[in-house]
Amino acid sequence: MRMPKTIAATAMALALAAPLHAKTIDVAAGEDAQTRLQEALILAEPGDTVQLGAGRFLLTDGLSLDVDGVTLRGAGMDASVLDFTGQKGAGEGLLVTSDEVTLRDFAVENSKGDGIKSKGADNVVYYRVRVTWTGGPKETNGAYGIYPVSSTGVLVDGCKVSGASDAGIYVGQSKAITVRYNYVEQSVAGIEIENSRDALVTDNFVTRNTGGILVFDLPNLPVMGGGNTIIKNNAVVGNDTPNFAPKGNIVAGVPRGTGIMVMANEGVWVSMNRLAHNPTAHVLVVAYPKPFTDKAYNPLPRSVVIEENSYVGGGDDPQMPGGPQLTQMLGGRLPPVVWDGVGPSQPIVPEGMSFLSLGVPGPDAGMAEARPVLIDRPQPGAMVAPGRFGASAALDARARP
Amino acid sequence: MRLLAAAMLLSAAVLAAKPAPRQVNDAAVVAASFPQTLAEFGFFADDAGTRPAAGVTPYRLQTPLWSDGAEKSRYVYVPPGKQARSQGDGLLVLPVGSALIKHFAFADKLVETRVLLHRADGWVALPYVWNTEQTEARLALAGRRIDLVTPAGQAISYGVPNKNQCKDCHNLAGITMPIGPKAYNLSAQWLAAFAKAGRLDRVPQVSRRIPLWEDRASAPVAAAARGYLDANCAHCHNPQGAASNSGLYLGWLEQDSLALGVNKRPVAAGRGAGSHEFDIVPGEPDHSILVYRFTSTEGGVAMPELGRESRDSAAEPVIRAWIAGMR
Repeated sequence: MRMPKTIAATAMALALAAPLHAKTIDVAAGEDAQTRLQEALILAEPGDTVQLGAGRFLLTDGLSLDVDGVTLRGAGMDASVLDFTGQKGAGEGLLVTSDEVTLRDFAVENSKGDGIKSKGADNVVYYRVRVTWTGGPKETNGAYGIYPVSSTGVLVDGCKVSGASDAGIYVGQSKAITVRYNYVEQSVAGIEIENSRDALVTDNFVTRNTGGILVFDLPNLPVMGGGNTIIKNNAVVGNDTPNFAPKGNIVAGVPRGTGIMVMANEGVWVSMNRLAHNPTAHVLVVAYPKPFTDKAYNPLPRSVVIEENSYVGGGDDPQMPGGPQLTQMLGGRLPPVVWDGVGPSQPIVPEGMSFLSLGVPGPDAGMAEARPVLIDRPQPGAMVAPGRFGASAALDARARP
Repeated sequence: MRLLAAAMLLSAAVLAAKPAPRQVNDAAVVAASFPQTLAEFGFFADDAGTRPAAGVTPYRLQTPLWSDGAEKSRYVYVPPGKQARSQGDGLLVLPVGSALIKHFAFADKLVETRVLLHRADGWVALPYVWNTEQTEARLALAGRRIDLVTPAGQAISYGVPNKNQCKDCHNLAGITMPIGPKAYNLSAQWLAAFAKAGRLDRVPQVSRRIPLWEDRASAPVAAAARGYLDANCAHCHNPQGAASNSGLYLGWLEQDSLALGVNKRPVAAGRGAGSHEFDIVPGEPDHSILVYRFTSTEGGVAMPELGRESRDSAAEPVIRAWIAGMR
């Protein structure tokens, strides 16, 4: 059937907004919450809302949702708590594997693995969700708090994460992503965008993590070639928690005290952030430092633009070999932007700004061979901003109508 | 073929005249509903689920999924007048109306029965939990925790998966699919008999078969280990499975050693990596994440994530020996 585009779009929007038989399934805390809540998540139909009552839901196993277009909603991120302290199995607290799902106004505490994972779940919205490991930063905490992966269309908005032993908010192998207005603390990485494209990370507050905001691209994954990402208007403050990631993880190599870190990737725009008191470096731009065999992978950061940001303190206790000597040489602190010096493509900075190149001769050369040098007349580069980025307006409407 | 089918129908009709063999309720298999009891499907001639009904064929896998030492019996049902199709090494293609039925028992008592039903809109997986009298198995949509003792003598909280968890493992590129009956994990003899009975279009050509698990001591260690990984890990760890984003692919036919984990760094393993840097370090099982996770029983570390609460002491030496022998 042929339909004018606008009518088709309106019909579609209506269908998504108000399916014919949309209903609300109420689930209260209390006896046998595991079974009642899991059953509700299984029996929900597209358009339905599963409404959590206020209170603490004591859960013994992971929960999962596999129905498109369902909203799981609580009475507030401090009122409805999914408590996984007694969890026995599964790799995460809540797993979502369907599209067009909205998660809002509830908390996940002490899950054994990741907090909430959505995989292959397009157009997912996380709004005012809290994920907390209540014992503070510990290696035995779950890896990721909020973990959307392999998805197109991701909005993480107004959430709060603390204690993740990898990244508080981690978006992997995805595109069309917005991460905004979140608060992440006491995790190894505050926010991490990995092997993803077209991400907007804006207006977040990340503090007391090991590293604030990471944009990484790693080899040997089904989705590579990360980039076209904007990091702007974030407050990245006092990220000084010692790295507590288990050794095998890539984030175990993040120096304590890193503000924003870009590894590999093409086209990252860092602009108008407030970076304060990050003791290693406010902005760190590096190549992937480990050996790899993947021919399709580019380990170098390219077209990384460090626009105007505000910098306060920081760089005064860099966690890197030779750090104390370097800071002494440079008058007590490193400049705000530090590049490992690997490859031909140095970061692009505003005119008149100098930055530190560590002068590492090659990707796997290591700091022992580093020849640090202050680059006080950087080559001008084109300050090209990314093209389309961020989640679609339809997702915005589900979070903040 | 027609004659054979007619003969089978005839014999079924004759049998039906007697009190025993119950008929499979084809409507329950394909209808868009969740029958509350296993008996509604009529897969078994008796309430205790011990004698398969007409058209329900027992089978076994060369190397099966290990589930805390549960004794399993497997059955396949193909509706009258239809046939399964061979596709080389891979899964038998079962027509709409087919079902796969798997009993899980401990100490000769049935605990649960999982069914996979091929409906017009795809496969549906449902778990049924047996009562203590062993007379009825009821639907447990949300799964269940059951305290029991494994054959190894360990008291565990056994996890019956919920309907979604069934799908987590049975998910291939977002579609629910059977896992077990791949030609390379079925015996040549069984396949021949199934074809001869007219239930399968032809005997599939299998390039290399997974060895029988009982024969692991005499089989090449790599074959025994890879067969085990296929049956226990590859349903998620394949390019279209739930663990696709890990880049770790453990299927029987996988040939890329990096994808198999050799000198491969983890991606999102979190504390599952322990203090190790690579999935498999050749010659060093004790420094391999794969061994670390497969021998752990801690939530968030243990692999597989679902369906294993205790350690598989028979498989551990096989996996270790395979890695120890790598150069």
